[in-house]
Amino acid sequence: MAVRADVIAQIRQVAEDNGQQLPPLTDELVLLDSGLDSLSIAIIVARLEERLGIDPFSDPGADEAAYPVTLGDFIRFYERAAGGRVAESGYTH
Amino acid sequence: MNELPADVLRNRDTRTSAARGHADSTAAFAGRSVLVAVHDATAAAAALFALNGIARRLVVCTPDIIPEARGEIARRAGVDAVVDAPLRSDGHRRHCSTDWLTEWVLLTSGTSGAPKLVVHTIATLTAAFASSVLAPPARPIVWGTFYDIRRYGGLQILLRAWLSGAPIVIREPDESIGDYLARAGASRVTHLSGTPSHWRRALMSPDARSIAPRYVRLSGEVADQAVLTALKARYPEARVAHAFASTEAGLGFEVDDGLEGFPASLLTSNASPGSRQADVEIAVVDGSLRLRSPRTALCYLDDNTPIADAVGWVDTGDMIERRGDRCHFLGRRSGLINVGGLKVYPEEVEAAINRHPAVRASLVRSTRSSITGSLVAADVVLQPHVDGGGGAAACRREIVDLCRRALPPHKIPATIRFVAALDVSATGKVARRA
Repeated sequence: MAVRADVIAQIRQVAEDNGQQLPPLTDELVLLDSGLDSLSIAIIVARLEERLGIDPFSDPGADEAAYPVTLGDFIRFYERAAGGRVAESGYTH
Repeated sequence: MNELPADVLRNRDTRTSAARGHADSTAAFAGRSVLVAVHDATAAAAALFALNGIARRLVVCTPDIIPEARGEIARRAGVDAVVDAPLRSDGHRRHCSTDWLTEWVLLTSGTSGAPKLVVHTIATLTAAFASSVLAPPARPIVWGTFYDIRRYGGLQILLRAWLSGAPIVIREPDESIGDYLARAGASRVTHLSGTPSHWRRALMSPDARSIAPRYVRLSGEVADQAVLTALKARYPEARVAHAFASTEAGLGFEVDDGLEGFPASLLTSNASPGSRQADVEIAVVDGSLRLRSPRTALCYLDDNTPIADAVGWVDTGDMIERRGDRCHFLGRRSGLINVGGLKVYPEEVEAAINRHPAVRASLVRSTRSSITGSLVAADVVLQPHVDGGGGAAACRREIVDLCRRALPPHKIPATIRFVAALDVSATGKVARRA
């Protein structure tokens, strides 16, 4: 759950810095519909790299080249890169 | 010149082009220096085509230029007419006039925050494809671009569509990448261009599946391996190509082997003897990329400073490192930071930071981002009386607030690091390099 909590915390922090209201952060939320622009996502990715030491966007891997579309995808993207810590479940799809 | 393909205007409903009756017809712009400042991209495209050959000069205002800043640009460009509403179409005028070899003045970011005004003509803007568009394509082409068509990258696509008579789907300034993708998909866009940052955003959109391009083009920023690989995986049928181009130097070259960087064989000095002399020559001198081609802009408008040197070479300021037979981009010599295609000069950010009374010195540099190519990072030296704990945290917030008031979002440092001293052993241009 650690990765998930970090991701959510960074998203909230960047939105707060921008004085931005976020919709409910469900796994189904399409990131581009969240109100976060590319710059905000870039800052989230940079801060997550500082915290977690990983940036899955810089190396999407040969078999998994797809970029994440939903928040759930985004979190899994990080969990996979962090070492397959997908165990805790809770995803609806 | 061709007449304007109807498709250019067919992209959107005609509300904007029809409603405003007070705009002048084209004759009123004959021989004038015209600021094209309509917000709507499709209306701007129509005005540019209508006035090419009629106006002496077309100043192509990008939609991010706030109205208050237009006055200064107009003064610098000797503007004596403004298009700020869609032009009424001239029913009888079917072809472009050639009364003037119209100057097309493009805006690009400058050090002080004021845009630089770069003078092109239709000849320099179309030199990269003027000969190839004459041959009819094997399969019909529908062009699209994530760029605003008033930026060099977008204007290239617009002109290419125009010259070849192919339709183009124009993105409007307030249209999201997702909405544009849906529209591009519905119009069956086959050739789509944008920056790596545009494409990364597109790949994160559910609407990425709504297009089936044959040609995917990246320019305006360094394309990294990750985005090239992801695009090839998403669009296996497409030719994925990344191009080097700048507003000043024009299009340099395009690479479609799926790898980041470019092959050293493109360097003019490495061309095999007897090979066809391309119209673009490419060299690396003192580590930076140099181009010589008919695509280069003529000059900067303010003082007529030529873009190229006396023998036609342009120093792009992009630093190159050769590894084996591949050349890689290292960043800008000037320290210029490219955040998702938007330029940031470190000096302007440093100036904002240095206004904080507790700041003794600052160095703004580029930090690599897998989303926007680069982000702005700041190293800050505080005055000796500021303690390292709570004082520094408060300073960080205040510095960000200062920047937020003075600068657009992409120029605000994404990270601020407090350091004891700036690196004095590597000064000037070298120190700026990330």
